[in-house]
Amino acid sequence: MAELNIAERQAGDVTVLDMSGKITIGEGSVALRTAIRRLLEEGKKRILLNLAGVGYIDSSGIGELVSSYTAINKDGGQLKLLNLTQKLQDLLTITKLLTVFDVYEGEAEALNSFK
Amino acid sequence: MTVETTDFSLPSSIEAVATAAAVVAEFVSRNGVSEEAAFGMDMAVREAVTNAVLHGNKQDENKAVDLTLKSSPDAFEIIVHDQGPGFNPSEVPDPTEDENILKTSGRGIFFMRTFMDEVDWLIRPEGGTTVRMLKRR
Repeated sequence: MAELNIAERQAGDVTVLDMSGKITIGEGSVALRTAIRRLLEEGKKRILLNLAGVGYIDSSGIGELVSSYTAINKDGGQLKLLNLTQKLQDLLTITKLLTVFDVYEGEAEALNSFK
Repeated sequence: MTVETTDFSLPSSIEAVATAAAVVAEFVSRNGVSEEAAFGMDMAVREAVTNAVLHGNKQDENKAVDLTLKSSPDAFEIIVHDQGPGFNPSEVPDPTEDENILKTSGRGIFFMRTFMDEVDWLIRPEGGTTVRMLKRR
């Protein structure tokens, strides 16, 4: 089983990536990077990461989230985060990234925020 | 009094990070530790071994990363040694400063310091860096 599983679905013009597993150095970080690059190449610039199933992330994974955020912004798009686990929320808090990312607890609210 | 000491030699590859984490998980489960402390040690050893593999040994397959785990009645100690040229930890920028928040790297040492009670480095004159991290029980 892959370290990080990513399932893609479309909700209007927002692409939702349902993620489960670990975003850590190596396979997990690369999987996230590859998915975001592919979406940008396809012109899909409104991206919601559903992180409900991501129980673990390391500094490399956090770096990849930042890299995704800046790449999408640079391309004129938006990246938002949905359903952070407590551990992920704690890590984004201590790194002060919770103030950078747009974070939601409900999918409907998250999707509406793109409008 | 040290209750248990275990030594491992790991290759300088990214895969060594998960191996080290698995070794620590097994060690702490054998020695009894809170879930919170186990999470912190897992995080810290991953970051320390990542640094040793990438920045210390630069993924040179001829160089090893040595991992030592010690359990005492008071604390757990994790020691990671690489064969790199060393660095000055005080020169590593604070990733929580405004100008660094959106950097894509540079949070590993911050996590090690956050999740462990003591972290110090020994730069050996003959080469190699040793990081020693302590988690009190």
